[in-house]
Amino acid sequence: MKRLAQLFFAGLMVALLSGCGGMQLRGTGDLGLVIERASGHVTLVNTSSRQPYARIGGLGDLSHASVVYSRDARYAFVFGRDGGLTKIDLLQGLIVKRVVQSGNAIGGSISQDGRIVVAQNYTPGGIKAFDAETLELLSAVPAEYEPGRFSKVVGLADVPGNKFAYALFEGGEIWVSDFSDPKRPVTQRYPAGLQPYDGLVTPDGRHYLAGLFGEDGVAMLDLWQPEKGARKILEKYGRGEEKLPVFKMPHLRGWSVAAGRAWLPAIGRHEVLVADAATWRETGRVAVKGQPVFVMASPDGRQIWVNFAFPDNGWVQVIDTLSGKVVQTLQPGKGVLHMEFTPRGEAVWLSARDDNRVVIYDTRTFRQLGDLPVQSPSGIFFTSRAARIGF
Amino acid sequence: MSSSAILPALLAILLGALATTALAAPTAARQKELIHLVRQDCGSCHGLTLQGGLGPALLPATLAGKPVEGLVATVVGGRTGTPMPPWHRFLTEDEAQWIVEKLMTGFPE
Ligand code: HEC
Repeated sequence: MKRLAQLFFAGLMVALLSGCGGMQLRGTGDLGLVIERASGHVTLVNTSSRQPYARIGGLGDLSHASVVYSRDARYAFVFGRDGGLTKIDLLQGLIVKRVVQSGNAIGGSISQDGRIVVAQNYTPGGIKAFDAETLELLSAVPAEYEPGRFSKVVGLADVPGNKFAYALFEGGEIWVSDFSDPKRPVTQRYPAGLQPYDGLVTPDGRHYLAGLFGEDGVAMLDLWQPEKGARKILEKYGRGEEKLPVFKMPHLRGWSVAAGRAWLPAIGRHEVLVADAATWRETGRVAVKGQPVFVMASPDGRQIWVNFAFPDNGWVQVIDTLSGKVVQTLQPGKGVLHMEFTPRGEAVWLSARDDNRVVIYDTRTFRQLGDLPVQSPSGIFFTSRAARIGF
Repeated sequence: MSSSAILPALLAILLGALATTALAAPTAARQKELIHLVRQDCGSCHGLTLQGGLGPALLPATLAGKPVEGLVATVVGGRTGTPMPPWHRFLTEDEAQWIVEKLMTGFPE
């Protein structure tokens, strides 16, 4: 019955959004989408009604898919693992354009001016820039770190000045490509350390951080003074202690500074690292239930929500940033892959892959507010990302 | 040897063979779990369709010619210096063997 009501509602929403006889005027600020990892579909959702309103198929291999939004927050660019780049109109609930750009992609980003969409690729390693309007290929930067040797690209982030920062897994470098002239990008290279596995830019666009797998620590480049080069921070975490195997690479994107401190997943450890966001010195660690994958701050910075790698991926913990303590341990479902806060953070949506549903929690009371049936859900992306640097 | 002695000996060999195959092949329910584990949890590095990601593709074409024991050892023990973790906490040697054989012949959905 509930299902039926939802379907009816979904139909109604599409009718309202796409307009039978002229498009209904509407903003997109409370819309978003959920990736259906296994089926090549996305489910479009409304965070005000907490309901799905459309489902779109034909997007290819969406394992590890990610999404960025146009700056008018109307169009979603979905980067699939098979190199597919799909542009979706959230208002009409349909695919506007789709290209397949590489054999093996891992994510993407959109430029400061909103005109360029960039995809980061594993094989062939490098980045490719597309016109956000037409998805026409503009230029490419192959990640050839030594003559004839190409690296997987990780941690792509948009940074001010129509630039993109990213890291080279095999190459051990941070690269910053300037797309002021979209057809002729100019790239600077900075040695970073062994095997960067992901990266992020701070919310102000100033610092680019690359987590290192091959050694302890995080490489940091000050984009206001790039000539100083990348330096290592948090070098000592885990030193002299036995390295635990890592069953899933942590994600750095989505991380943010909260309460003056940076909260990061410790790789291979059941800990969240805390660093002073001014000095970048470690100020503490929070013991958690498993190896953290996403360590995400709520929009107001008061809470940090953490999910975990296999075999602890049925748990989620919440850290209070004032006390630095775990204040809540939840079991939202099986295979919790991702979390997304509503624009001002009164609720958080979590995907429970193996339960085929998305669960919504109240961030103040930790009460469950509702759930949605979604097949094998993974990433959840709301349009509030459209205006954020590094998202 | 009399025929009455050969029969039990043969039976023992036969039963022995049956027992080892029974050990090597996980139960249907366990196979389902293993398929899920490979697609989802190995898939986070090797891709849901096993066409590669941070880890290399695990397709029949890419694994062809590689010694099975070596691949089984990689799954069980991991590869130091690379992100490939050891799975012995979650898989027996026989289960790893079953996974590798399936990977080499085309992994079930
Ligand atoms: C955290 C990432 C990660 C996970 C999870 C992971 N692998 Fe790997 N795997 C790798 C990497 C990286 C390599 C390549 C190692 C190297 O450079 O030699 C690899 C290599 C392998 C190889 C050897 C391939 C070859 O051609 O030699 C096999 C087989 C393999 N993995 C199977 C698995 C299975 C089965 C699972 C799940 C039970 C799994 N992997 C989970 C990262 C991972």
